[in-house]
Amino acid sequence: MRINCPTCGERDRREFYYGGAALARPAEDAGPQAWDAYLHLRDNPAGRAREWWFHESGCSAWLLVERNSVTHEVYGVALADGGRS
Amino acid sequence: MRFSALRVLQEGLTGIRGRRPHWRDPEPKAAYDIVIIGGGGHGLSTAYYLAREHGLTNVAVLEKGYLGGGNVGRNTTIVRANYFLPGNSEFYSHSLKLWEGLSQDLNYNVMHSQRGLINLFHSDGQRDAFARRGNAMINQGDDAELLDRDGVRAHLPYLDFDNGRFPIYGGLLHRRGGTARHDAVAWGYARGASDRGVDLIQNCEVTGIDISGGKVTGVQTSRGAIRAKKVAIVTAGRSGQVAAMAGMRLPIESHVLQAFVTEGLKPVIDHVVSFGMGHFYISQSDKGGLVFGGDLDFYPSYAQRGNLPMAEHVMEAAMTLMPMIGKARVLRSWGGIMDMTPDGSPIIDKTDTEGLYVDCGWCYGGFKAVPGSGFSFAHLLATGRHHEPAAGFRLDRFRTGIGIIDEEGTGAQHNLH
Repeated sequence: MRINCPTCGERDRREFYYGGAALARPAEDAGPQAWDAYLHLRDNPAGRAREWWFHESGCSAWLLVERNSVTHEVYGVALADGGRS
Repeated sequence: MRFSALRVLQEGLTGIRGRRPHWRDPEPKAAYDIVIIGGGGHGLSTAYYLAREHGLTNVAVLEKGYLGGGNVGRNTTIVRANYFLPGNSEFYSHSLKLWEGLSQDLNYNVMHSQRGLINLFHSDGQRDAFARRGNAMINQGDDAELLDRDGVRAHLPYLDFDNGRFPIYGGLLHRRGGTARHDAVAWGYARGASDRGVDLIQNCEVTGIDISGGKVTGVQTSRGAIRAKKVAIVTAGRSGQVAAMAGMRLPIESHVLQAFVTEGLKPVIDHVVSFGMGHFYISQSDKGGLVFGGDLDFYPSYAQRGNLPMAEHVMEAAMTLMPMIGKARVLRSWGGIMDMTPDGSPIIDKTDTEGLYVDCGWCYGGFKAVPGSGFSFAHLLATGRHHEPAAGFRLDRFRTGIGIIDEEGTGAQHNLH
C-alpha cells in the first residue's frame, strides 16, 4: 500500500502511522452517548473508509485518507486541517 | 459413528468403507427457537453446548460459506490459560479445562497437545512482570513456572541467548499450554451438534435481521426468511457488518493478522515459544511445518492478506530469536480478519434488542477460547444470565468505563492492542 502525501508525494505505507477512523468530534457538552459513539463505536466499513494517518517518517503531517479497506486502494489524501496555514 | 481404536483397526482392514458424512445437510426450517449466525468455531461450540448442557436442539447455525472455513480453520492453533487480569483469568482457565477433556467429550481427536508454552523475557523489569503474571496464573489454579536463563536453555537450546538487543534472561513456562488441530475442533463440534439435532445450514448468508417492537423475530437469508425467538451473532471478523443489520454499531475495528508456515521439517521445535518483544511466536505442527506469526498490520483491513512491512518484521524477529530458522523455506502465509476491541478483550453479552445476543471481539486470541466461549454463550442464550467465568465480557464496559479488561495496560482505546 502506498499513500500519496500532499507534502511529500507518494510514499510507502511503512512511513505512515494509522491514527483511527475520521469521525466528527462531538461538542464538549454533547453527553456520554455521543462521546461513547465517538471514542468506541465504529461503522468499521468493509469498503470505502475515511481515516486519519500520520506521516511519521515524512513531513509529520496528519492526513485524511480515503481508502478501501478490502482492496487497500487509496482514493484520496488531504491534509487533516484542509491545507490551512 | 463413534470413533475408537477398534474402529480405526476395522476400517483400516476393510478399505474405510464405513466412511460417512459427519453431519447432516438439512434444509432450513421456517422457524427455530435459536438461530446462530456464523458456523465458525465459536458458533459451532455454542450450538453444541446449547444441545448438550441445556437440551436446546431446535437450533440452527447459519453459515454463509462452509463450516469452519474462516478463522477457526486458519490460525496458529495455540491453546493457553496465561492471562493476568480478573475477567480474563477465570474465563481462559475454564476454557483450558474444557480443552483438556475435549477429544473424549466430542469423541473426536482434536489433537490437543500440551507441549508447553514459554514466554521469553529480556530484562529485570520484564522478569518481575512475568513473575507477577505467573503468580496470577497459579492463584487462578493454573500452572506457571519461572525459568532462569539456564532453565530456558534446557528447553530451547537453539535460541540466540546473547542477542545484542534482546538477550534472553529467562521465560515463563506454562506446561499446560500447547496447540490443537484447528479443523478438527470445528468438525468435532459440528458433528456433536448435528447428532444432537441442531441444523447446520451452509451456503446460507444472513442478509437482514428482523426486529419488531424492540424484539428480534428472525433473520432474512439467501435461502429465505427464518423466524427465531433468539438470534445470536457469532461472526468475528465481520461482526460490524452483521450488527449493522440490527442497527447497531459495535466497539470493534477489523484488522488483519498474518501468519506463516514453512515447508515440513523434522521435529525441531517442541514447545510453543513466544518472543513478545519481537511480536513473534512459533510452534511446529504435527505435519512438520513451522507455524509462526507476528503482530497486527495495524490498520483496518478486510483484505484477508497481509502487507509486506509486517511480513518482513516477522521474518526479522524470527532470525533474531533463532538464527537456524533462516534455513527453512516459507511455504505460505495468510491474513485473517480480527475483531479488535478497544481494550483487547472480547464481548459475550445481550444487546439492547430483546432476543439479540453477540459473541464477538475476540481480537487475535479466539482459537483457545472456542470451548469456553461456546459454553458461556450457550449459558447466556439458554438462561438469560451471564455465565460466571465470562461475566466480565460486557458490551457496555467502554461506555460506562466499568470493568475494562486491558490486559496489555495500554489504555482502552482503538488501535492500541
